[in-house]
Amino acid sequence: MYAQMIKSEATQEDPEKLAAFQARIDAGEKIEPKDWMPQGYRKTLIRQIGQHAHSEIVGQLPEGNWITRAPTLERKAILLAKVQDEAGHGLYLYCAAETLGVTRDELTEMLLDGRMKYSSIFNYPTLTWADMGAVGWLVDGAAIMNQVPLQRTSFGPYSRAMIRICKEESFHQRQGYDVMMKMAQGTSAQKKMAQDALNRFWYPSLMMFGPSDKESVHSEQSMAWKIKMNTNDELRQKFVDQTVPQAEYLGLTVPDENLKWNEDTGHYDFSQPDWSEFFDVLKGNGPCNQERLAARNSAWDDGKWVRDGLLAHAEKKAARKVAAE
Amino acid sequence: MTSDMAFFEFLCRMGDNTLVLGHRVSEWCGHAPVLEEDIALANTALDLIGQTQMWLGLAGEVEGEGRSADDLAMLRDAWDFRNVLLAEQPNGDFGQTMMRQYLFDQAHVLLLEKLAQSSDERVAGIAAKAVKEVTYHVERSRDTVIGLGDGTSESHRRMQAALDLLWPYVGEMFTDDEVSGIMAAEGIAPEPSSLRAGWDAAVQQTMSEATLVIPDSGFAHAGGKTGFRHSEHLGHMLTQMQWLQRAYPGARW
Ligand SMILES: [Fe+2]
Ligand SMILES: [Fe+2]
Ligand SMILES: [Fe+2]
Repeated sequence: MYAQMIKSEATQEDPEKLAAFQARIDAGEKIEPKDWMPQGYRKTLIRQIGQHAHSEIVGQLPEGNWITRAPTLERKAILLAKVQDEAGHGLYLYCAAETLGVTRDELTEMLLDGRMKYSSIFNYPTLTWADMGAVGWLVDGAAIMNQVPLQRTSFGPYSRAMIRICKEESFHQRQGYDVMMKMAQGTSAQKKMAQDALNRFWYPSLMMFGPSDKESVHSEQSMAWKIKMNTNDELRQKFVDQTVPQAEYLGLTVPDENLKWNEDTGHYDFSQPDWSEFFDVLKGNGPCNQERLAARNSAWDDGKWVRDGLLAHAEKKAARKVAAE
Repeated sequence: MTSDMAFFEFLCRMGDNTLVLGHRVSEWCGHAPVLEEDIALANTALDLIGQTQMWLGLAGEVEGEGRSADDLAMLRDAWDFRNVLLAEQPNGDFGQTMMRQYLFDQAHVLLLEKLAQSSDERVAGIAAKAVKEVTYHVERSRDTVIGLGDGTSESHRRMQAALDLLWPYVGEMFTDDEVSGIMAAEGIAPEPSSLRAGWDAAVQQTMSEATLVIPDSGFAHAGGKTGFRHSEHLGHMLTQMQWLQRAYPGARW
């Protein structure tokens, strides 16, 4: 998902407090920033929300790549609005993380020097206009799978951010599907583009949910805290079940020879992505890791004089105001 | 020149300014100095692209040859573009982008206020909608120019450099010609020269708050809004902007 492989922190605290905390969560109460919470809960959430925020921010880049080449004014406006939404999602999420006692600048620096990650999916290149369709349809689609349940997450600010974000994400997904539809119904070159985009984005989209976490202790703890609502495999299955009929409707072929409806389970059987590729991407060896991080670093470095200048001006203005009083 | 031809030219000037500047601003997407600026720049670009759809849509209607706003945006070559040279200047650093934006926004808002009273209802309608957006653009770009001009010594230096660089592109926004004469005579649009005094007053105020010095030169490059001689930058922009439409003629997107 946007937050992949989040390690949850072990917690060594007063068992009574922990039990009371767990009871609140089990009763469906929301935990608010000022409430007592275990250190592990706090740290895990900072990591998860931070990674989610970073994913929204880095996620601007693959789609931003096509804004200047959008084929019509309307498509350009839709894409711009979408990328702007993603920046807004980043903003809400950084604000949610800040309620846990970390600043946006601290989180940003951890992204820029590689201490924090963002979703593996944004390390894949966008090569044709059909990729704008595939990203909206598949990537936002996979994001929604995870984020809809997170609307019920136990941490209040995160839950509220998810509620706002989910509305926009489902809009993005529909727009992406609409781009794919136009391509799939278009000229033979457009159909080829659409199929090619699906071929390239299918497995990376499945990887978004992270490797199977059936036996992971970390995810058990996160599930108990309602920071994680479903297992990775459950979400991946749900995504496949939803997406395959959509691909069929478009007349596109999912690039998986083993894909088959299973009467007994009531789900599709499908091939796992190549997990060694996933771990390579996480290690920094995805097709675009270098470019993505370099772009974020240069935005930050080149923007330093701007941030400093605006801050200096605000201070001067405040000082003048005091002097005038 | 017939009055329909002049009207078409005028509408292309409006729509090409917003198209070309909107495109430039959209190049920032994902690369701005702070998240709030990324959002604001995208918002400005979005407004400008929306205005382009209206201006070029009307241009196509007035021309009467069945060309849509997209046809005009995507299928004309550089010599048919009627934007001022200022709009096509490269982004440079963030300061240069915001200086270009302010110099343009300040003229744009004054023009749109007048166009909202145009004798042509369609023009008045578009302007009434656009002026709300552009009033916000100019507030923002003005604040940024002031903030960075009166910020640190480095931000001041960069903003002064941006003003010096872009100043020769200011004059073109205010020159009158046959097209503008016909528009003014028909009450469709004011003569650009009539907006200069108001612009000068506003810009002087802004630059003084920004502690920036307006260059002591009246020199003005020309050739953008007549299409006679654009800068080399425009062609490169069009190769990106128009690429899909040119590579796959007739495809629907
Ligand atoms: Fe998002
Ligand atoms: Fe997203
Ligand atoms: Fe999205």
